[in-house]
Amino acid sequence: MSINLIALISAMLVIATPLVWAAVGELVIEKTGILNLGIEGTMVAGAFVGFVVADLTGSPWIGLLAAVGAGVLAGLLMGLLTVTLGQNQHVSGLGITLLLIALCEFTFRVRYGGERPRLAQKFHPLLDGAGILEQHWMTYVAFLVLAPATWWVLRSTGTGYRLHAVGESFDAAEVAGIPVNTTRYLALVVGSAMMAVGGSFLTLSVLGTYTLDIINGRGWVCIALVIFGTWRVWRVVAGALLFAVTDALQLQLAITDLFSGVPRELMLALPYLVVIAALAIWGRSVHYPSQYLKAYRRG
Amino acid sequence: MRKVTRSLAFVSVSCLALLAACGGTTGDEASSDAGSDAPLVYGVYATPLEEPWDGAIHAALTSAADDGDIRYKHVDDLSTSDAMERGLRDIATNEKPDAIVGDAFAAEEAVRKVAADFPDIVFAFGSGEKPVEPNMSVFDNWLQDPAYLAGMVSGGLTKTDTIGVVGAMPIPEVNRIINGYIAGVKATNPNATVKVSFINSFFDPAAAKQAAEAQVAAGADVLFAERAGVIEAATEAGIPVIGMMVDQQDEAPENVVTSLVWNVRPTVDAIVKQISGGPEAVDLGEFSFLKEGGSSMAPINTDVVGGVPADLVEMVTAKEQEIMSGAFVTPVDETSPKGSIDVSQ
Repeated sequence: MSINLIALISAMLVIATPLVWAAVGELVIEKTGILNLGIEGTMVAGAFVGFVVADLTGSPWIGLLAAVGAGVLAGLLMGLLTVTLGQNQHVSGLGITLLLIALCEFTFRVRYGGERPRLAQKFHPLLDGAGILEQHWMTYVAFLVLAPATWWVLRSTGTGYRLHAVGESFDAAEVAGIPVNTTRYLALVVGSAMMAVGGSFLTLSVLGTYTLDIINGRGWVCIALVIFGTWRVWRVVAGALLFAVTDALQLQLAITDLFSGVPRELMLALPYLVVIAALAIWGRSVHYPSQYLKAYRRG
Repeated sequence: MRKVTRSLAFVSVSCLALLAACGGTTGDEASSDAGSDAPLVYGVYATPLEEPWDGAIHAALTSAADDGDIRYKHVDDLSTSDAMERGLRDIATNEKPDAIVGDAFAAEEAVRKVAADFPDIVFAFGSGEKPVEPNMSVFDNWLQDPAYLAGMVSGGLTKTDTIGVVGAMPIPEVNRIINGYIAGVKATNPNATVKVSFINSFFDPAAAKQAAEAQVAAGADVLFAERAGVIEAATEAGIPVIGMMVDQQDEAPENVVTSLVWNVRPTVDAIVKQISGGPEAVDLGEFSFLKEGGSSMAPINTDVVGGVPADLVEMVTAKEQEIMSGAFVTPVDETSPKGSIDVSQ
């Protein structure tokens, strides 16, 4: 039995990258009291739009830009339904997920009709041959820029306070002169763009191809990670790494002699079991944002 | 104002729901306008056509329609047993097709119920279960023959004596292909170890790529891409890979050695024969066998990274002839393969 440590850490970072992008995006949104179940669809849209535009233009950078645009639109739609119209957040989010997945499937068929398209140009890892440092730039940005910056903004800036105030008390925010709905829209747009970038990581960096169901539930994992992280950036990142390292480990262990006979289902469920166990140990006293799931209406 | 907002909200949510409900299927577009006297065959699929399994059936029916043998319409993504039953009843009642072809794995009972209610229509479905009198025939992707041959190629190519296979999930249809492949590996390389990973999904290329990379880290230098995503891993690692369902050589000309190809056309021809002779309840499985032309191994790509020795090609071609003539019958083993298999044991 042998575990290849470099491959393990490398795989952990790749598996965790889309989760970090999307979960941090979800966290920003949930800070204002909006549960965005559109996350799964928004990730699919990011993956798909990024892929199609990169395919059309030959440039993954333009593809990425388009993915960000798709995320912004998804965020605006969620805002229209839950902020402006004050609709139920669960229904709106799930509706957006269903809508976006269906739209992507439909457009994929219209455009490619059964082919298996492949990008001529995708992002390649940086620092070729540098062991665990050989990673995609989106991975570097996720851990070294996105997470620390979001942590800093939420903790030490006026924007962070405003997001927090809106999520905790509409009245207090109103008294302080914070525009509740505008703040929520802002969080939705920025957070959804992050989710879309997370989705596009799979098509633009990892695969260079698109298939249906490409996100395969990663968005739902992110919803769990935000609760696991109790709306704190570093705990969310730690959760994503814990999930990813367990997944990477089970991939390596399942093909060793020793674990060869262990039921597949158990090995595949391992990352989920570990996160649930961690949640049971450290996540007992969860304080939800006070205005969670509520729509703001001026009195 | 409040009231206006309310009704606007209702309308927008309804539109959203409606749009979402429309997703997935593209409806019953006609794939061909062959002579109106040709029999009408309806493809009714549980998965989107992009899924390679239903894609293979769709390709065969499309080619039969192009030849003028049938008129062909289809609907896909009837993913629940309930959607399948309603879709089938609707089509059988309103379109009155001569035959309905599809996949029943997700809705075995529902398909059989509808078939029993329309005994004059030929029902032919991909299924893991038995045919039912009087009109329900079954078929399946019996790819153990090309799997065996591709295994022989892989066994001859590996220098580390380690080969990786990434499959969807340990179900009989997948197991017998992987086990056939492993038997082929053993025939050319009795010292090999085959690492088998499952991703528990039919589509998750990112996970499949991760699984393949774990196999490469464990020493694998030849891969079998039962699922999408593995070819990407092989390309990055610069090693040979076996494709699946269609010839995937174009996708990575330096890495794809050969592919297992499923050709559903002989099965479709047998179904068309039933239309003129009246419905039967038979197992059409053998029409997917290599010697019936129902499956094949794509031409070996000798330009692949590391090359392919001429004597290996010769050996595999000879075995292919034996399968064709019936001198060799590939064993069928549907048990779940272990994670690490030493073929000498």
